[in-house]
Amino acid sequence: MSEKNNPVKTVEAPENSDVSRRELFKKTAIAGTIAAAGAASTTIAASNAEPGGFSDALDEFFQKHYQEMSKKEMKKTLARLERKAKVKHGKQIQISNTPPIEGVLFGYALNISKCKGYRKCVDACVEENNQNRDTKIQYIRVLELENESMNFEEADHYYNHETVPHTGKKYFPIQCQQCENPPCVTACPVEATWKEADGITVIDYNWCIGCRYCAAACPYWARKFNWSEPSIPEEEINPETHYLSNRPRMRGVMEKCTFCLQRTRKGKLPACLEACPTGARVFGNILDPKSEIRYVLENKKVFRLKEELKTEPKFWYYSD
Amino acid sequence: MEFIRFCVDGVKEIFRGGKLYWSWMGLLTVVALIGASAYLQQFQQGLVVTGMSDQVSWGIYIASFTSLVGIAAAAIMLIIPAYIFHDMDIKEIVIPAEGLAIAACVMSMMFVLIDLGRPDRMWHLLPFIGRFNFPKSMLAWDVLVLNVYLFLTVIISVYLLFSKYKGKEPKFSIYFPLVILSIISALSIHTVTAFLFSSNVARSFWHTGLLAPRFIASAFSAGPAFFLLTVLVMRYTKVFPVKDIAIKRLTMIITIALEINLFLLLAEVFTEFYHQTEHSASAAYLFFGLGGKTALVPWIWSSVFLNISALVIFVLPLKKNTIFLTLACLFLVVGVWIEKGMGLVVPGFIPTPLGEVYEYSPTFIEAQISMGVWAIGLMLYTILAKISIAVNLERIRLD
Ligand code: SF4
Repeated sequence: MSEKNNPVKTVEAPENSDVSRRELFKKTAIAGTIAAAGAASTTIAASNAEPGGFSDALDEFFQKHYQEMSKKEMKKTLARLERKAKVKHGKQIQISNTPPIEGVLFGYALNISKCKGYRKCVDACVEENNQNRDTKIQYIRVLELENESMNFEEADHYYNHETVPHTGKKYFPIQCQQCENPPCVTACPVEATWKEADGITVIDYNWCIGCRYCAAACPYWARKFNWSEPSIPEEEINPETHYLSNRPRMRGVMEKCTFCLQRTRKGKLPACLEACPTGARVFGNILDPKSEIRYVLENKKVFRLKEELKTEPKFWYYSD
Repeated sequence: MEFIRFCVDGVKEIFRGGKLYWSWMGLLTVVALIGASAYLQQFQQGLVVTGMSDQVSWGIYIASFTSLVGIAAAAIMLIIPAYIFHDMDIKEIVIPAEGLAIAACVMSMMFVLIDLGRPDRMWHLLPFIGRFNFPKSMLAWDVLVLNVYLFLTVIISVYLLFSKYKGKEPKFSIYFPLVILSIISALSIHTVTAFLFSSNVARSFWHTGLLAPRFIASAFSAGPAFFLLTVLVMRYTKVFPVKDIAIKRLTMIITIALEINLFLLLAEVFTEFYHQTEHSASAAYLFFGLGGKTALVPWIWSSVFLNISALVIFVLPLKKNTIFLTLACLFLVVGVWIEKGMGLVVPGFIPTPLGEVYEYSPTFIEAQISMGVWAIGLMLYTILAKISIAVNLERIRLD
């Protein structure tokens, strides 16, 4: 994993005058371009109405890429975003920027013979990750397939029986496969999405321009877009958030499953795993030879989705 | 000093014109304003106001972008004969054609801009200031080549016009290298736009090497056809007495490119349908519908019908008749617009990589915004063509 992928190592920028002069130049240049484009007035007028006032709006507009912020800038940014969330959602939340843990590469395995199609993972995911309730963004899709078929084109995405499992059917949950070669990352024109050192592909919601090229590039349909301004009832907001994962998003940006890095980087398990009543899900550090996930990978007949595309997913399926 | 006078004369020319001119510009302004107010709505509420979804995440905006890139590139089909082979008949219509290229370029950029979820963050795309994912991202490439092409086209047109304005012959040593560069970048804007789609392994409908050649062939038929259409209008309204021979040349270029395009399309359709695999699901959806869902079927069959009718007119002597010729151009432009847009961009998303067939059709707001962009583009083209005709006919010149 390269240095670049690890934000801990890159955040420290020397605070000398040269840097600030460059900064000034940069800001002037940006401002000039924007003004020339005639966009400044609309942008600022639009953000002026937003919570936090004019200076916050300006700071948000000029906010740097996650990987380029210094420690100080990061602290200020997180505070500003928390402030904004408070005004918008009426709730105090915490936004952390916990870095990846050294020597950890996350992997997920799912036992399809245990999955019964309850979709508990889907609901738990929405609650944990603060998805927009209006457009009903879901990171996990459970397909219902004929028992003998693996043809997704014949799958039912919206099965709705009194009880599951339905006879003769099997269930196949799909979420972000956390590719080692993620096509979405290559596609993004502004590097708003990248793979972290622990193997998780993340998005800087404040850097994404919303072109949706990554969504076209993803073979697993894992990237979901905020078509409207996200709305979540205040009491349903999960206040424990991470900058790169479940913090409140804004309209016009992409989002995706991060294997709940706000939890897993602190040693907890993903919400979908905890919610699964059948124990179909196994999660862990694939670099740790004693982990359960390694046991599964070594002892079960595992397979991955669309392996022929060479995306090298870190999500395995098996049955027993 | 001379250049300032040239600019002033150019601007003056914009404000000179008869009733027809002003009604045309007035109409375009109204459409543009309607588009702008629809865009304001989209800007405030987000892209929910469109028909797009997570399943079909690109729609009519990117479709229009794709076909307009073709029209923008097509100007070189006139530049090459005029400035490489010194075809005098083509030369007189080359500068209006450059005007069309500029307008099409601007329109295609506008279509990308209105498609963005966060247009306020455009500056993230600027090299050095933002973070430009170059050379990895094909979209980054596309932004780059489009800008280079636009820049070159503007420079060339201004130089050629300015020379004519001064009554001097343009200097070979200046325009020739520029023309060569612009030919290369015209080919690249279209190739890169094709790569934008064909580089996606996730979408088998787009993932074909034939895409770039098909893009070029369709561009080189629809682009000149669009231009010819406007030339015919200019001749009909007597604003520009274009010679028959120039029209003949254009017709020939269109016919050849059209034949090649249809051949490539046929080859593609054959491969998709001879053995229907999972990979032909999108094509099957496009032409016949899947699981009872058929939103794109009328689109593609009208495109087939329009393309074939255009071909028939172009290969028969019928094309000598102005009415038929106009019709053929119109058919071709619309036919290719559908084929490249609703027939290529949208079905790439259907079914989704998880096999879901979810349909897309543009909303009224999307249509209004798109019309608005077209109106702005046509206004720009009208202005550029007007100035270049005035210079060409020596209505404005340095004396
Ligand atoms: S939508 Fe955002 S993350 Fe996706 S490619 Fe565009 S800028 Fe990058």
